[in-house]
Amino acid sequence: MRKVVIAGVGMTPFGISEKTNIEMFSEAALTAIADSNIEPADIQALFFGNCLGGFEEGQLHMAPFAHSAIGLPISAPATRFESACATATVAIRHAALLVGAGVYDMVLAGGTERATVMSTPLATRTFAMASHALYESPTGITFPGVFAMAAYLYAANYHIHIKELKLHMAEIAVKNHYHGAKNPKAHFQKEIDTDKVLNGMMVADPLQLLDCCPFSDGAAAVVIMDALKAKELVKKPIYIAGMGQASAGPLYVQKNLTRVRAREVASQAAYSQANISPKEIDVCELHDCFTIAEILAVESLGFYEFGKGYDAATKGETRLGGKVVVNPSGGLKAKGHPIGATGAAQVTEIVEQLRGEAGDRQVKGAKIGLVDTLGGDLGTVCNLILRSES
Amino acid sequence: MKSPLTFNRYQEAMGLGRLLGLHCEDCGASTVPPQAVCRECGGWNLTIKEIDKTGILRTFTVIRVAPEGMTPPYIVALVETGSGACLMGNLNGVDPDEAGMELMGREVSISTQVVKGDVYACGDIRSPVFTLA
Ligand SMILES: [Zn+2]
Repeated sequence: MRKVVIAGVGMTPFGISEKTNIEMFSEAALTAIADSNIEPADIQALFFGNCLGGFEEGQLHMAPFAHSAIGLPISAPATRFESACATATVAIRHAALLVGAGVYDMVLAGGTERATVMSTPLATRTFAMASHALYESPTGITFPGVFAMAAYLYAANYHIHIKELKLHMAEIAVKNHYHGAKNPKAHFQKEIDTDKVLNGMMVADPLQLLDCCPFSDGAAAVVIMDALKAKELVKKPIYIAGMGQASAGPLYVQKNLTRVRAREVASQAAYSQANISPKEIDVCELHDCFTIAEILAVESLGFYEFGKGYDAATKGETRLGGKVVVNPSGGLKAKGHPIGATGAAQVTEIVEQLRGEAGDRQVKGAKIGLVDTLGGDLGTVCNLILRSES
Repeated sequence: MKSPLTFNRYQEAMGLGRLLGLHCEDCGASTVPPQAVCRECGGWNLTIKEIDKTGILRTFTVIRVAPEGMTPPYIVALVETGSGACLMGNLNGVDPDEAGMELMGREVSISTQVVKGDVYACGDIRSPVFTLA
């Protein structure tokens, strides 16, 4: 494999947008292209993420329209990726594999989502389509419901009183909103306290409103490039040092929802390719779609032993200034979660952190970062390890 | 290679009060709901086997914000059947507002109900229903 870098990044503000999916993607993509010191005509392929365009705008096959909207050459194929919430990270990984293999030198990858154009019941229904349609969806399970079941199981398996666990979960929401308040592109830029989390409406017992990430609009994109080419074009290329992706079946096959096996396998592959251990990660953007999800992630990524990661935010260890800063962007929880774009926004945050360009939320001296994106009912996980030096 | 138990046959049997799964002749594991290969070992040597309609409730949630077309609150649960395979279904007969963690580990019996398909679903689907034993 050739060395592969991220040469440029771009993202729209996340939140509620008046723009179309393709308008948002165009904004992010052209920012990433300009950030890479290239022109749209230089791009050799587009790996385009979108999950719910059919429901949001009645639009399938959005990739070639996005391609044309930003002036990519006709010789650059545009392909749509869909891996539920992990969509854009999976697109980026495949772009990096093909650049590494020498098929392309420069690929644009990312995603867009316009979730707020749907009503909450329709959005809830369409998100739940990522559960097994024959054997899970008929129960009326929802995306918060899946993680709610994991939260009860976590409390039972590790003998933690649910009230205590919920307090630590609330501390994760507080921490991610604290980070989000420092991010001018975050959906929520307001700090909250644990009382506010614990007084929220119940969404799926035991998860309350502020345990859950919002439905958001937004887009993000990155330019993946051969390292030698990038050296001539940009000052601070960020190296992709390791990658992993793994798949697991529906919930009824996974059984123990406190152990995200796909993440254990994917992150192990990424650590091993990068030849580093979890201890060496300075900054991490991980998939906190729900507060409990951050607990499951810090454990399966190897930052904490199983059953020991639940109070990391409470102790300040994952906050800015802590031993491993988790979700300095605000995470899905506060930055927002436009599902098809989320992974590319996580990569954008880590790239800005490793370049030292993250402003008020800069993790001092960050050199190695981890991206963690989960899709659906814990069925897809994709991990990327990025470094500021080769 | 064709699985001996299709979705349609699994559903028809549910309508007759029977829960069918697949028995793996290689490793002895049960696979339910049906799929092409044994979920434990990937074996192809499968025969149809009746699954005992009891199990243990492993975890649950009360859905309070529901997808379009569903009326909350209701309880969704993950149940481990005696055969070792798990099923997702609805826990009936318990007031959702009274549902707590003491439900976890309780024995349940398994029946089924027809869930009306919405505009997106491939028709009506029979889905597991659990009641405390
Ligand atoms: Zn087997």
